[in-house]
Order: sequence, then C-alpha cells, then structure tokens
Amino acid sequence: MKILVCAKQVPEVTNVQVDPETGTLNRDGVASILNPFCEYAMDLALEMKEAEPEGEVEIVVLSMGPPQARAALLRCLEMGGDSAILVTDRKFAGADTWATALTICKIIEKLDGVDLILVGKHAIDGDTAQTGPMLAELLSIPQITYGVGLEMDEKKKRVRVRRENEGGFEKVQMRLPGLVSVSKGAASRRVCSFESILGARAKDISVMTADDLGLDEAELGLQGSLTQVVKVFPPISKEAGRIVNGTDANAAAHEVVGILKEKHFV
Amino acid sequence: MLLIDTNTCSGCRLCEKNCPFAAMLIVDEIAVVQDNCTLCGACANVCGEHSITIERAAASPEELAKYKGIFIWAECDESADGESLVPKKVTLELLAEAGRLAGKTGEEIKVLVLSDGRPVDTNPLFAHGASGVIRFVNKLLWPYSTDAYTTVISAMVAAKKPSIFLLGATPDGRDLGPRVAARLKLGLTADCTQLEINEEGQLIQTRPAFGGNIMASIVTPFSRPQMATVRPNVFAVSETPETGRKGDIEDFDVALQRGVVRTKILEVEKVGTAGGGIDNAEVIVAAGQGLNSPDDLDMLRELADELGGTLAGSRPLVEAGWIPHTLQVGQSGITVSPKLYIAVGISGAVQHVVGMNGSGSIIAVNNDPEAPIFKVADVGIVGDAAEVIPALIKEIREAKKAA
Repeated sequence: MKILVCAKQVPEVTNVQVDPETGTLNRDGVASILNPFCEYAMDLALEMKEAEPEGEVEIVVLSMGPPQARAALLRCLEMGGDSAILVTDRKFAGADTWATALTICKIIEKLDGVDLILVGKHAIDGDTAQTGPMLAELLSIPQITYGVGLEMDEKKKRVRVRRENEGGFEKVQMRLPGLVSVSKGAASRRVCSFESILGARAKDISVMTADDLGLDEAELGLQGSLTQVVKVFPPISKEAGRIVNGTDANAAAHEVVGILKEKHFV
Repeated sequence: MLLIDTNTCSGCRLCEKNCPFAAMLIVDEIAVVQDNCTLCGACANVCGEHSITIERAAASPEELAKYKGIFIWAECDESADGESLVPKKVTLELLAEAGRLAGKTGEEIKVLVLSDGRPVDTNPLFAHGASGVIRFVNKLLWPYSTDAYTTVISAMVAAKKPSIFLLGATPDGRDLGPRVAARLKLGLTADCTQLEINEEGQLIQTRPAFGGNIMASIVTPFSRPQMATVRPNVFAVSETPETGRKGDIEDFDVALQRGVVRTKILEVEKVGTAGGGIDNAEVIVAAGQGLNSPDDLDMLRELADELGGTLAGSRPLVEAGWIPHTLQVGQSGITVSPKLYIAVGISGAVQHVVGMNGSGSIIAVNNDPEAPIFKVADVGIVGDAAEVIPALIKEIREAKKAA
C-alpha cells in the first residue's frame, strides 16, 4: 500500500510581521520549518507503516515550494518516509490554493497506485485549510478533514478516522483511495535516531517542474490563481487598558469586582 | 464547455445516474451531454475513466455581470428533540453581513437549505433579511457528508449563478467550501473576518494569516460567484429582525444518488460542554499555561459559575490534555465574542488574541507585567492567579449577598 504525505515548508509564524510603513511582509531572520500539521500527518503515516509487516506500506512525501523546501522533505525522510518528490519551479510562484491543488493533482496523477493521501489540516502561514479538500475534489476521491486518529480495515479497502468537530468527535469510515487532513492527535511524536538521520541522506528526492505537468503556463502560479491578494496590513491594535496591582489580592479583587458591578456582570 | 472523450468512455451510465439535472444521456454506449447541462461537475467527479473534462475559461466582465444575488449556505443542527433542523447562529450572522453588502450592490439574498425531510424553520431566515430560500430535501442529507452536500450545493450554485456565495467557516463549512470551489473552478477565500464591496463592485475579502500576525485583503477577479467562508462570532446578528417578514421558498429539483456518498459516520462522541459550548457563551473564563496544574482549573470553573459563564482555554492546555479541543479559543480553535472574557495565565500570543479580541470587556490576570495580553485587556491585574482568583470569587459572592 502506498501512502502519500503532502508536506509544506512554512516560516515560523510567531515571528512574522508586517512593516506598517510599506505593508510588506518582514521575514528577516525568520526560520523555515516543516508545518507542524504536516508533521502530525507524517506521525500517522509512520504509525500505520509500523503496524504492518516490513515492506507492506510505502510512504512517499511530496512538497511544492522553492528549492529550499528540500529541507522539509529531508526532515520527513529522517522521520521515516521512504522517498520524496520536490515540486519546484519559478512558474509556480504566487499560486493560490486552487493553482496549488491543480499542480499537485497533476503530479499525483502521474504516480502509480496511491491509496491514501495525508495532508496537514492547514499550514500555519496561510491558515486556509483549502488545498487538501481541493486536491481531493480534483482527484475525484473522498476526504475526511480534521482527522486525529486512523485505522485501516483488514482488507485495506477502507479507513476509519476519528475526526474533530465542533461538538466533539466523529468516527468516519471512508473508501480508498481517499484523502485525510490531519490535526494534532494521539499519534506519538517521533524522535529521529542518529541512524534514521544518516539514512535519510541516502534516500531519493526526485524533482519535478512545470514541464512534467502537461499544463498550460496560464494554469500555473499567480497567473493560474483565481484569487488575488490586493493588500496586506498589520492587525489594528487597541489602546491599553487599566492596570491593577495584584500584590494585595483582596484589594485588587475589590477594585475589579467594582468594575464588574458597574457593567452589570455581578 | 463539457468535453467527453469518446475513445475512453465505457458507456457505464454512472454520469447519467449521477447527473443532478438529467442532462447526461447514454446514446449508443457513449455519454452525450444535453442542452440543460449547468456544468455543475457531478458527472466528472464520478467518471471512473476520467472521460469527462469541463473547460472553464476566465470569463469576460460581461459574462461576470450575469451573476446576481448573494447566496448563503444554512448549515443546520438538530433541534434538542431531534424533530427538526435548526440553522446555526452563523447563518444569521451571515444574513446580517450580507444585508449590509446588499445595501451597496442592490442584490437579493437567498439561503440554501438542505434537509433530510425534517422541517427547517425558515421564518428566522426571512426575519433576518433573506428574500428567498432554495430548498432541497433528500434523506441522504443527514448527517452531513462531503460528497452529498458538494453535489447538491454545486448544482444549486451552477444553476442559479449568484455573484457571491458565503459559508460559515465551521469545520463542515471549511470541509465543503473548497470541494464546491474546486468542482466549479471558483476562487475561494478562507475564514474571512471583514467583507466589503469596492468601487468596481468586487467583494473584498479580508482575513487574518500567518497566525493572526497580518491581515490580507483578497479579491476574486475572474470567476463568479465570489466564494468565501466567514468566521463565526465575528459579525453580529441583527438585533432588530423583522418578525413576520415573508419570502419565497423554492423547491429545487435535482437527482442525488446514494452511490455518491463515499464516507459513513459510524459513531458520534459529544464532548460535554454544559451550557452549549463556548461560541455562544456570554461570559468566558479562559485558562492558559500560566496555571500550575490541572487542579487550578477548578477555581476557574468556580469563577465561571459565579458569573454564569463557561470555562475555555488556550492551545497549550489542549495540547497538554487539560481541556478538550472544543474549549480552545484562538486561530486554530474557536473564535468567541462574549460580553465578558477573563483571561487567566494567558500570555496573549497573537494566535490566541485573534480568537477573543472581539469580546465586549476583557479582563486579564497574569503575573508578568510585560505579558502582551495586557495590550488588549480593558482591565489587567498583575498578580498571582492562585491568590487573585479566590479573592475575586469571594468578592463576587459578597457583592451578590449585598445586592
């Protein structure tokens, strides 16, 4: 059985800011990491691989991004992925979720017999959670979003996924091939051994470009995108409020409950 | 344009069976498309041979102008007695916001209502500004499934050609939106928190990105409808609904086959949240990783009880397993806008703040005077939660006694 994990390299978003003067994104000194939800997708894939006899499950990792995204793929191979595909081309730059899903769809159509696609529930930079479902639709396969746990049936024709929802959880069964988007769940986090880190360097990372897709250039990147960003700006910050010294907890509580009374909360 | 590859078409009739509009016929063992095709994409999605392709070129401005009206998907919950389906609160929020947009574009607002046969009360939809409801009833429509809903909603949108289509950015809304958008080749913006109409009449869709560190404004220039999922609890429900206002109810007639649904819900596990969850709470007491142990949650629950509120928390507490994800406030959790939000031991990272800065009054308790939470708080107490919270509880009890 073949599992494809889609992985994205993202900036560590806690440090990203907009320059209020120019409105441009300041990424200076911001580290690039493997999107945490993609890492959870890897955890689930590895858990399935380990549950089966050796050689039964193959994990292929795919990443679309600049050449530096190789580092995110290497990280997935260190974790235990078997091989990787880097989808990179300057022509892909500026792709929105539609153009990204279409590009990845064309790559997957060229791969043989993918049974299960795992993606992160969203990437922490864009936060859209759209590319996975769009990819599933373009491949005409079913999906389960917000998965936190996964089991395979014995015949490997179906998966049962525990899914987060507003009210709690659902257990959903899906026919394969299918796509699952992964939230942080029960799968154990992995510490890569020295051997697995060394071993990753010997694994294959193939590169695919726009020429491998069979798509018109007008379908790629910014040109192929259906949405356009017209402006970015920093969130509006609010004026600082009143500060109460809590060294004397009783006095502070008295003051604050006074405010709560004024506002009719008490 | 819909193209059929006659070399690969096997005449299997899947497209014929699954076409919502009976617009596909098998003639001499080859699929033939009829004039009433809406290009809704249901056939291409079920074709095992990939023989059907739909070419959707970027439309001209004249073509785009033919799309009219604002559509809203009414995601529903079951009523308490299970006898009927009730549109979620976010539907009314979307109606209020759509009403504001329609004031600028002069368009009609219609609500898409899908039901398994149980009644859906449409009166609140009309009272909150809908001029029409487009309804489709089929027993396959409960519980929600990606496949059935994508097929029906795509068919409705393809046939009716609205200029704007809004969905709540709930888990199911964010599951459905991208499927419909990809099937119809439409631009889609996720999780919007502001909507505007610009001078050219385009929908400006603004949303937080990079964990809430930036805001981005997005347009959809080449495709209609302009689709967006909208974050719940950001837009206010109208406080002055027109009770008794009426509108049209149109029953939409499409075919929906059992075979399109490839998933099945086996079990539902509700996580207990007495009082109906945090998204509708008027008072929230939220815990952060400044607390010493899960036992500290007890005093926060007590404080919440005193104020008639609900306990919530930040992401680190969910990851540590102290609280369930259904109580998580923030960018990757739930957005809340209670009248009173008390943040205890929460540092105030931007990812948390974007989920609660729409609250009426914000009180923060933190022992670090530099904590960013104090920048958004109306009242900040710099002190130890283990001392301040019991003192607050005691003071509130005394105030209640005195009243």
